[in-house]
Amino acid sequence: MSYFGLVLSQLFSRKTRTILTLLSLLMAFLLFGLLQAVNVAFNRGASIEGASRVVTQARVSFTQALPLRHVPLVEAVPGVEAVMYQQWFGAWYQEPRQQLVAFAVEPERLHEVVAEWQLTDDQWQAFATTRTGIIVGKQLADRFDWKVGDKLPLNSNIWPQQDGNMAWIFDIVGIFDTSDPASPPGVAYINFDYFDEARQFGKGGAGIIVSRLSNPKEAEQVSQAIDALFLNSADETKSQSEQEFNLNFVRQLGDINLIVNAILGAVFFTILLLTGNTMAQAVRERIPQLAVLKTLGFSDSAVQWLVLAETFLLIGIGALLGMCLATVFGMGLTPFLGGSGSIVDLTVWGYALIAVIVLALAVGLPPALRARRLNIVDALAGR
Amino acid sequence: MTAPLIECRQLSKTYRRGPETIEVLQQLDLNIPEGDFVALMGPSGSGKTTLLNLIGGLDQPSGGEIRIGGQRIDQLSSAGLSRWRAEHVGFVFQFYNLMPVLSAARNVELPLLLTNLSKADRQRRVDVALKLVGLAERAGHKPAELSGGQEQRVAIARAIVADPTLLVCDEPTGDLDRKTADEILRLLQTLNSELGKTIVMVTHDPKAAEYAKRTLHLDKGQLVDEPEA
Repeated sequence: MSYFGLVLSQLFSRKTRTILTLLSLLMAFLLFGLLQAVNVAFNRGASIEGASRVVTQARVSFTQALPLRHVPLVEAVPGVEAVMYQQWFGAWYQEPRQQLVAFAVEPERLHEVVAEWQLTDDQWQAFATTRTGIIVGKQLADRFDWKVGDKLPLNSNIWPQQDGNMAWIFDIVGIFDTSDPASPPGVAYINFDYFDEARQFGKGGAGIIVSRLSNPKEAEQVSQAIDALFLNSADETKSQSEQEFNLNFVRQLGDINLIVNAILGAVFFTILLLTGNTMAQAVRERIPQLAVLKTLGFSDSAVQWLVLAETFLLIGIGALLGMCLATVFGMGLTPFLGGSGSIVDLTVWGYALIAVIVLALAVGLPPALRARRLNIVDALAGR
Repeated sequence: MTAPLIECRQLSKTYRRGPETIEVLQQLDLNIPEGDFVALMGPSGSGKTTLLNLIGGLDQPSGGEIRIGGQRIDQLSSAGLSRWRAEHVGFVFQFYNLMPVLSAARNVELPLLLTNLSKADRQRRVDVALKLVGLAERAGHKPAELSGGQEQRVAIARAIVADPTLLVCDEPTGDLDRKTADEILRLLQTLNSELGKTIVMVTHDPKAAEYAKRTLHLDKGQLVDEPEA
């Protein structure tokens, strides 16, 4: 037996309690890993390097439309293979809380830029030729049980028609599917020409221009070249990867860091109390045993370190399991937040290590000091 | 005459309970030679266990001196006293005080974790100690799987595994039936006679005391007979 064996045996002296505490820690660190990874991803942003599509928006904000005259200029930039533009429609279905992600696009351009989508040629054709046509992602269609041929009434919370009516009627002409994480199949696209003619204001402008690149390695140069075209003009642009654009979009929802940190704070405060209580109880129950260790010649410091090591081991095992699970789950989020492998990367593991140390010290020090100060005679006499 | 292993001079111990000061040991003088087997008897509150705790280095006196093997243990620091206990004293308690999650062998091995012995050497010593107390075949059993007598044998094996000079036993048979108690006491006798361990044993049981070479009586913190060896 080694010191480690001794600590391990003490830790599992109450198996049920230890396992339940470990499960709580696992859940806490699973949450920590994923949320911290979101935090890191949002702070880091997504790299333009290797992006196959570049999104160009107005330099000030994507809520400010870009004039469509920019489109042919972007198209002429070397390295740009195809260009589309789109306008946020701001749709809701049946009731305002049922918000949908819908964009107005020029169908042919969309087809050129997202050629890999699963949508039949007939449906692409129907989308291009039906002014009131709309194509919806499979996820949306499944959710609302929509089929091709259905009339789809949507309301816009931004765009009134010429007569001031916010309700728009579309004809579903296609249902597409895609594994492209940057364009998840929960989105709908309407015909830009119809939309632009019918809307009351903002004609001739689109929120963003999306360029498909011939060589993703040139993403940075192409972005710079696009932005250089409009430098010092009335409509300056900012080009970025689709992932970065999506991250910026989510950032509009609120202070993600604050939200994430508030949740993490609550989680760790709960864990602090839970683990603190477990360790305090464990030490209280084992006071005679700790006194025996001291009797046998274990010094005050040795007993203190044994208790502290037990706390580190408990929290360390829980954290390791939770972080491993978070790393696995994080692989599924990587396409949305950027990077490669899992979003729970070494940086997040580093934060987890710091969390383990802080938590273990906060939780383990009080019982460890109690064990250190334990008077052998009193403890053996049950006082 | 054999040189005293344990020398207590003017030993006193007082406790404070609120405003009251309780004098448990009063100016006690005691010599116990190496290889002796002494039973400490006396009524409750006479100071037997307090004296045993002082001799075993579990507590510090309020006054006087204690020398064990010529070393003033009353002057040692807490860490120094821990080291001294690990090297020189084995403890046997009334309620065995084994670690419930560890097997008999691992309980016996505990004091050896404080030494620089290799794992193989530690195992060898554990095997010898368990064999000596007649529990070699129970090495893998946990305390809950052993009888009271077997638990006490494991405790004795733990007490002798580091080969200490002195064994300090606090009511070692207090929780055992007569037959088992006699077995344990015979085992202690063997350790004393064949391995030369000096044993100081606190007991209430006159029959247990008969196994010792001599009996010292304490009353109100003072030896009432045989103060000198």
